[in-house]
Amino acid sequence: MAIDKFEILTSTCVPLPAENVDTDQIIPARFLKATSREGFGENLFRDWRYDKQNTPVKDFVLNNSKYSGKILVTGKNFGSGSSREHAAWAIFDYGFRVVVSSFFADIFKNNAMNNGLLPVQVSETFLKNIFEEIEKDAATELQVNLEKQEIKLLATGDKETFDINPYKKLCFLNGYDDIDFLLSKKEKIIAFEQQRKD
Amino acid sequence: MKPKTLFDKIWNSHVVDSIPDGPDVLYIDRHYIHEVTSPQAFTGLRKRSIPLFRPKRTLATADHNIPTEHQERPIREELSRIQVETLSKNCKDFGVELYGLGHPYNGIVHVIGAELGFTQPGMTIVCGDSHTSTHGAFGSIAFGIGTSEVEMVFASQCVLQPKPKKMRINIEGKLRRGVTAKDIILYIISQISASGATGYFVEYAGRAIRSLSMEARMTICNMSIEMGARGGLIAPDETTFAYMEGREFAPQEKEWDIALEKWKTLKTDPDAVFDKELNFKAEDIRPMITYGTNPGMGMAIKGTIPHLEDIPKSEQLSFQKALKYMDFEPGMKLEGYPIDYVFLGSCTNGRIEDIRAFASLVKGKKKAESVTTWIVPGSRQVEKQAYAEGLVKILEEAGFAFRQPGCSACLAMNEDKIPAGKYAVSTSNRNFEGRQGPGARTLLASPLTAAAAAITGKITNPADLM
Ligand code: SF4
Repeated sequence: MAIDKFEILTSTCVPLPAENVDTDQIIPARFLKATSREGFGENLFRDWRYDKQNTPVKDFVLNNSKYSGKILVTGKNFGSGSSREHAAWAIFDYGFRVVVSSFFADIFKNNAMNNGLLPVQVSETFLKNIFEEIEKDAATELQVNLEKQEIKLLATGDKETFDINPYKKLCFLNGYDDIDFLLSKKEKIIAFEQQRKD
Repeated sequence: MKPKTLFDKIWNSHVVDSIPDGPDVLYIDRHYIHEVTSPQAFTGLRKRSIPLFRPKRTLATADHNIPTEHQERPIREELSRIQVETLSKNCKDFGVELYGLGHPYNGIVHVIGAELGFTQPGMTIVCGDSHTSTHGAFGSIAFGIGTSEVEMVFASQCVLQPKPKKMRINIEGKLRRGVTAKDIILYIISQISASGATGYFVEYAGRAIRSLSMEARMTICNMSIEMGARGGLIAPDETTFAYMEGREFAPQEKEWDIALEKWKTLKTDPDAVFDKELNFKAEDIRPMITYGTNPGMGMAIKGTIPHLEDIPKSEQLSFQKALKYMDFEPGMKLEGYPIDYVFLGSCTNGRIEDIRAFASLVKGKKKAESVTTWIVPGSRQVEKQAYAEGLVKILEEAGFAFRQPGCSACLAMNEDKIPAGKYAVSTSNRNFEGRQGPGARTLLASPLTAAAAAITGKITNPADLM
């Protein structure tokens, strides 16, 4: 699935200060029965978003019209637990393009990057700073510049650089797809299989 | 030559190509698939009009989303049925061997892969399921992948992976009575936290590990992911080879001898360096139970939940949230606390030894009236053996029913859900909020501790009943 090119994203944010948000919270297992990739956004954070009667939980941030945007800002160790890629699909399908946290679980990070969702890891201090700015003003904008690997709080000018694997960066910047890449390696893979046989 | 870790040896021998500053192209020997994380990957192949590159290296089962009663009847729930049928169609269209519902080899993907000998030492193994780390017990590099990566393996038999860092966890000494593999791993995670091994691939070593059976080793490697590790492995030895011999897909006759020679070389060189090394003493480990909503929130059954002051500031909020969900108080003792459900099963503890352990403790006793118990074998073969060994009879005499294999209440995708607010002592691997059903409260423990709870109706140290 070719992904859209990603260069600079400027957007308001949705703050979710919880830590250790696991993939069961992001998308509960009972929604994994679909056989396509689409439509998971509807059930993103389902059990936090709706109560048992299916009425929206008022204080959950996705139900608060004050907050919107393409950037989800969240606490430490985001995306732990199950390897379900549905978690990344759900966040993407909901409309987010970037998740900011001070720490991501490994598999989630991979899954996110394989689906055009950019995980941006910042320091604890910077994360706190972002949360505070959003708290003060819900219209606070963040700018993510992938080329420069830089994330900036537009109002204060505070910024930080973030890491990304250079190969993945290239994929994001060019909308490049891993499978096309692997298919281009077919001959090498076959040669590898043959050499292992002797 | 520079001394190498076992992990390095296996990894390096599977690198097809390295991308400068990028991940390695890693060749995959075994690919397990199931109904939940494969359909979108098959759709990807169809969209690109390409075949599945090496179907013989792939094995499929239906396990996550199937009922554990009346498996001979059509699946009632429509979405689940469609998912299982989609798997059958995909396997047929793309030439993949499927051990579907009702097949004598059907079962939880990580249970059947090992018992069929499809998993072997020195291999690279992936599956769209995080507990693929289970297979590391055989001295292989096994890890969970997402659906996009499942599609990569379908298309090219390779994945793109950055090489993780290496950690070794040594456990020396002798285990106490009533302490099992599950307690070891819950103990380790409680010591290093649910993210303590993120970015690492772990090798478990030391005398206490060497003394474990293959099934116990699988329990340990299974939960590596619960401390954030990419996977965990244990160097193969005589225990491994004895387990492998004669299994369905294990090498036979001359090939067995050749394989054995190779497998014997699979160990970490004496002076190899790890990025991190941790040491634990087996004697320090007691029967464990979790009290919170991640597997790192564990303690000895006879212990007390930490006080707020004992928790680092940055984690106090999530600690309080977890206790609120569980309806526990800081500083509380859990021993003797009444519970409502017991679940024995999953790829962590659904193998024959686990059922034996449970049966050994409940033999001649009676199930507590107040407790609902689900005993779910990990596979059809485990089920068959439990009947053959007379374990089911022991269980039935003690008042327990024996179900059919599947993931069941481990992730509660089927109808085996713990009701909201109820406490379940569970031998599975995750105690996340809602994991076993919306509002369910999970206490992770070993099969022995589960058995003790099922008999007394309370959280009980199994050593007291042995
Ligand atoms: S038993 Fe649980 S952890 Fe294991 S494969 Fe099934 S759902 Fe995953």
